[in-house]
Amino acid sequence: MPETTYLEAITQAMSEEMARDDRVFLIGEDVGVYGGAFGTSKGLIERFGERVIDTPISEIAIVGAASGAALMGMRPIAEMQFIDFITCAYDILVNFTATNRYLYGRACPIVVRGPAGGGVHGGPFHSLNPEAMFMNRPGLKIVSPGTAYDAKGLLKAAIRDDDPVLFIEHKYLYRRIKEELPAEDYLVPIGKANIRRRGKDLTIITWSAMLYVADEAADALARDGVSVEILDLRSIIPFDEEAILESVAKTNRVIILHEAPLTGGAGAEFAARIAEKAFDYLDAPIKRVAALDVPTPYSPPLEAYALPNRDKVIAAARELLAY
Amino acid sequence: MSDLTRDQLLEIDYYLRLTRTLEERLVALFRQAKVIGGLYRSLGQEGESVAAAYALDYKQGDVVQPLIRNLGSILVAGAKPVDVIKQYMAKGDSPTRGRELNIHFGNPARDGFIGQISMLGDMIPVMAGIALAGRMQKKNLVTLAFIGDGGSSTGAFWEGLNFATVQRLPMVVVIENNAYAYSTPTSKQTAAKRLADKAVGVGCESETIDGNDVLAVYRATRRAVDRARRGGGVTLLEVLTFRLKGHAEHDNQSYVPQEVIDEWRGKDAIDRYERTLIDDGVAAADDLAAIQKRVRAEVDAATDEAERSPMPRGEEAGKGLFAGDGYWE
Repeated sequence: MPETTYLEAITQAMSEEMARDDRVFLIGEDVGVYGGAFGTSKGLIERFGERVIDTPISEIAIVGAASGAALMGMRPIAEMQFIDFITCAYDILVNFTATNRYLYGRACPIVVRGPAGGGVHGGPFHSLNPEAMFMNRPGLKIVSPGTAYDAKGLLKAAIRDDDPVLFIEHKYLYRRIKEELPAEDYLVPIGKANIRRRGKDLTIITWSAMLYVADEAADALARDGVSVEILDLRSIIPFDEEAILESVAKTNRVIILHEAPLTGGAGAEFAARIAEKAFDYLDAPIKRVAALDVPTPYSPPLEAYALPNRDKVIAAARELLAY
Repeated sequence: MSDLTRDQLLEIDYYLRLTRTLEERLVALFRQAKVIGGLYRSLGQEGESVAAAYALDYKQGDVVQPLIRNLGSILVAGAKPVDVIKQYMAKGDSPTRGRELNIHFGNPARDGFIGQISMLGDMIPVMAGIALAGRMQKKNLVTLAFIGDGGSSTGAFWEGLNFATVQRLPMVVVIENNAYAYSTPTSKQTAAKRLADKAVGVGCESETIDGNDVLAVYRATRRAVDRARRGGGVTLLEVLTFRLKGHAEHDNQSYVPQEVIDEWRGKDAIDRYERTLIDDGVAAADDLAAIQKRVRAEVDAATDEAERSPMPRGEEAGKGLFAGDGYWE
């Protein structure tokens, strides 16, 4: 079996779902003839014709039209060329799309997806990690895969979900990771974490591209005899509270690692949940490793300094182990 | 009047009277503190709301989207007065089970209408999406979105209208130019001479109509709907009318000169329409009196039913955010 990149996994998920279900369509900027700014929709317009819609530069219209179509029984995938531009559609997404079921009993099953994250010197407007800004507006599910397997399985699950899902893909991973994927159809359930690495001394809770930072830190710590558990959250809303608490109960020490800025980040919620529900299991304070509280800067030395990295995670781990 | 049958002309009068009578009842309920939130009148604008919505074909799957002063449009589409009263009274068996206000309700796939959210302009791209779905599903339906002079200043309005036009979607957008957005006159919304001129920027068809001439609004909307259904794309209709009340019941409209209000009172669309019906021999005064009697009886019955309805139970508030917990199923 050939290996499939993270990017190809996304293309496959869309292509297979569009083939399986006539209600699925793709709408966004440059997604059709051009195949998407990163090539995630390459070949789809040739295969699915009018079900791949090139739009004006209008994120409100993309999300709004996808939502209106979803109310009529369609299953739209709305692409944000960069996930940063979702902020242009923030109003309609949180006030209209996300409220359909709770307020009106209507199903609005859209997927909004797009490339997030830094590490590629995209600068402040092409590096966003947007999960926290949607966590406090109920009604959207939020997923953020860190492997090709999860990218495909979670995107398919998102497309089949009866509620709106924000699918946050990481552009750093598009062509940097690949793996063999099952030939048959599979789904990764929304709301389920994955234990990426089993360990007993310390848990790192993380997701998306930070998995690989956690891996590097865990490898280095293993050389010193420290056994690190890595919990890949995969879903931010709803998140797998049971898996978080189980891991904390086992290792008694926890680092929450995310690429978004620290203050008000998703990690704050997970830390609070652990403090409320697993305080007695903790042998040390909950530690968070995250980006500096700044817009993501452009120049490589600045960006590298602002984002989390292996050494920051190792330093946090040593602090906890010495506590 | 040959394009409408006598029954249809009288049915339009029924919806006009139903709108006004239902709103008058809501005012009474508001003063009795039975309406929980604000109350927004369409006094003076009932004519264009009803007439534009009457140009759609709900059996064909057409969908209308009101703004707050388009109660009449959703009544035409089939909304029940009792549901409107329950919505205002925040009842547990209202269409939104007490979660949302006034005419913010409706399912486009089932009801022929969808209520707006409060962020003006957002419904224009949503209605474009409903039209897009209709085209993909080969339903040959048309959508009609209302927006106001103020709402047409939003970015969402422009993005939605532009996208719909580029896609040649079967859609009609009606801008109600009622002279004020809350307290702000149209001259502070735009320097355009006509709101219909906003069509030029996106390339759709447009027309400006006397919004207090019921039949003129019906005919212009019907032309736009027929064009949309034939594949001719989007039309922007500007209807010139006037808001005879404040933004909501709390607002005494002190910023509008009294003589302007008096002038527009004399141009009331319902009076004008009913005079035409009588002058043209379509209806006698007795026919119109019978319609008013029927409307009052219906509104009385709806009020009784709504007043008997229970409030929601507080503990329901945590349910029904996502599918699968059984709340809406």
